[in-house]
Amino acid sequence: MTTLQRKASNPIAHLTPEDIERIGVELDALRDEVMGSRGESDAKYIRKVIAWQRGLELSSRGILLFSLFPPAWLVGTAGLSIAKILENMEIGHNIMHGQWDWLRDPKIHSTKWEWDNASPSEQWKHSHNELHHTYTNVVGRDNDLGYGIMRVDEDQKWHPMHLGQPLWNFVNACFFEYGIAAYDLELGRNLATKERRRDPRFRGELKKTRRKIGKQLLKDYVVHPALSGPSFLHTIAANFTANLVRNVWTHSVIMCGHFPNGVETFEKTSIEGETRGEWYLRQMLGSANISGSKAMHLMTGNLSHQIEHHLFPDMPSNRYHEIAPRIKDLFQRYGLTYVTGPLPKQVGSAWAKVFRLALPNRGAAAARRPVEKKAPAVAVRWRRPAYDNSDMANS
Amino acid sequence: MAVLNNLRAGAWRVVELVTTPVVPADYLDVIAPLRNAQVLRARVEAVRPETANSVTLVLRPGRGWARHEPGQYVRVGVDVDGVRLWRSYSITSSPARADGRITITVNAVPGGAVSTQLVRAARKGQILHLDRPAGEFLLGGHVGKTLFVTAGSGITPVMGMLRSRLAEMSDVVVAHSARTRADAVFGDELRTLAAEGRIRLIERHTATDGRLKPADLADLVPDLAERATWACGPNGMLDDLETHWADAGHAHLLRTERFRPVLLSGAGGGGTVTFTRSGTVVENDGSGPILDSGEAAGVLMRSGCRMGICFSCVLPLREGAVRDLRDGQLTVAEAGDSIPIQTCINAAAGPCSIEG
Repeated sequence: MTTLQRKASNPIAHLTPEDIERIGVELDALRDEVMGSRGESDAKYIRKVIAWQRGLELSSRGILLFSLFPPAWLVGTAGLSIAKILENMEIGHNIMHGQWDWLRDPKIHSTKWEWDNASPSEQWKHSHNELHHTYTNVVGRDNDLGYGIMRVDEDQKWHPMHLGQPLWNFVNACFFEYGIAAYDLELGRNLATKERRRDPRFRGELKKTRRKIGKQLLKDYVVHPALSGPSFLHTIAANFTANLVRNVWTHSVIMCGHFPNGVETFEKTSIEGETRGEWYLRQMLGSANISGSKAMHLMTGNLSHQIEHHLFPDMPSNRYHEIAPRIKDLFQRYGLTYVTGPLPKQVGSAWAKVFRLALPNRGAAAARRPVEKKAPAVAVRWRRPAYDNSDMANS
Repeated sequence: MAVLNNLRAGAWRVVELVTTPVVPADYLDVIAPLRNAQVLRARVEAVRPETANSVTLVLRPGRGWARHEPGQYVRVGVDVDGVRLWRSYSITSSPARADGRITITVNAVPGGAVSTQLVRAARKGQILHLDRPAGEFLLGGHVGKTLFVTAGSGITPVMGMLRSRLAEMSDVVVAHSARTRADAVFGDELRTLAAEGRIRLIERHTATDGRLKPADLADLVPDLAERATWACGPNGMLDDLETHWADAGHAHLLRTERFRPVLLSGAGGGGTVTFTRSGTVVENDGSGPILDSGEAAGVLMRSGCRMGICFSCVLPLREGAVRDLRDGQLTVAEAGDSIPIQTCINAAAGPCSIEG
């Protein structure tokens, strides 16, 4: 893809500024409707998923105490893989987004949750919630575009290092949790100079990550295997496999969120003074869904509804499915493309891009179109266009 | 024994290593919610109707409960439409109860989300959340001449005192006001005590007799000045009593307990924001985020997206009300609450205290 601002045919040229604000008003109204209807059944849903996940994890680890027997190894490994995926996706990711903060249950709260992953929650929330979700698909601002190790957009500068990116991407998929931890620590940037390496803040964060990783490794590769007695080595293999399955699965799902064909990217200056409507529009164009069954949505933590998630990151994930048809309708009415497809197609599309952009731009893409630059201005994304204080006082 | 304890602690440590990043108690909570000493909970053992609008709940507190003093209250957390809301209720049972149970008596307040839910829907087996008992409305070592002045649900802390300490007290007068005879919570129990000669009961039904004035009280209880007095009821009544006792020069004999009402500004437009850690006090006019007001006043605040999606700016609201600038949703905290709010999309809706 090329940033929307440099494209020969602009996919939003037909929208007036008023159209864009109207999209914002419609989405705000939809948000209010759903958020206002949150209630006991939603609370029951997340508690049920958590209870189910804990039961599955506990029983899988129990079965793996006898992993010397091949059937126990298979069942236990499969169960633990699913448990880890559920914990990271439908539970951890979504709780850390604040989707369940409204329950006011300190056990299920974005400020308290720690997930079964190498990266400490606090650091992940900064790089993901704050940077990625605010600056989604803005080249130069959203590091999720290639995670700093890959080139996934024509407008990212090519470097010989990118020749190896299919390999980097594969390695990153297998050890994704450590990739995320390194990414959240901004290792590349922070290890670059002596001064940055010695920065006490960076060292503090590094220490936290090391401790977290240490505990995770101790659990999966020392204590749990040791409790398995004669099955020691088999349990190590089982836990390694479960982590690998979880890593490859989450990596694939996340690649599908923003890399497939049809997803738009944006110039850094295009978000100067961005309004709420413009921010919403950027989320609509910058995300892609995965179509599939109910089980697929659960196992992706409803990131299969990436578009809905990016519009309303703090909406409980069990509601995305319900609003999806209305979001799709909104896309149609405003002549926009709702990017979606089955998992294999979207994963294939994302991987094709990783291969294609390993090489420098060719053909038409090689010539960069100039962009119109916007003057610096403060963004007012929190402000609703129709917001009027006097109205509210009377309501 | 010491060896056994060490072994147990060691085994627990190993279990903790396996359950990381959560704690073993998080797994146990599913099957044994009362076992967790870190998160105090209670099971409802019985629900007894008191009047048409009130019920008594018999609660079995979990591990971590501390024995209360008669007259104290406990904060109870109830999930209403999925949202955990906390309210304070006086404990009406004696701390000496052999089975370790406590009772609270809940009066359905019109428009009260928690009280209505408890009165209408509390059921045996339900799990509630608890805080430790608190409150300074206590008898201390007092056993001499006593007067209790109560109205409505103000009888609840006094009932806790009567049930635990009446045997030691010799001369007790209870002046209790309720709308009608049928509305009097614990009416039968009080009347029985009176019939047995253990208390002198002055029952006032405000629907027919009007409110009890301090001057009436002086007529009804001639030796008022000799009695240590405990009063609990609506703020108007307590204000009158305090003035009367102060004017008579024996303010030291009167102790009052107020059920604190939630402070809400009518229009919901702005208020004074107090940052409890830094001590900074700023005005927020209700049209912009608290984050902006705090930063402008030099408070160091964490922030991220500044549009309500990243949850980096969350700080606990300790008291007061804030309004979500996006949908107008009101969040209200009572004293003792700690409700995390996003400062980047909330404005003050009355005076509020924020921990930051």
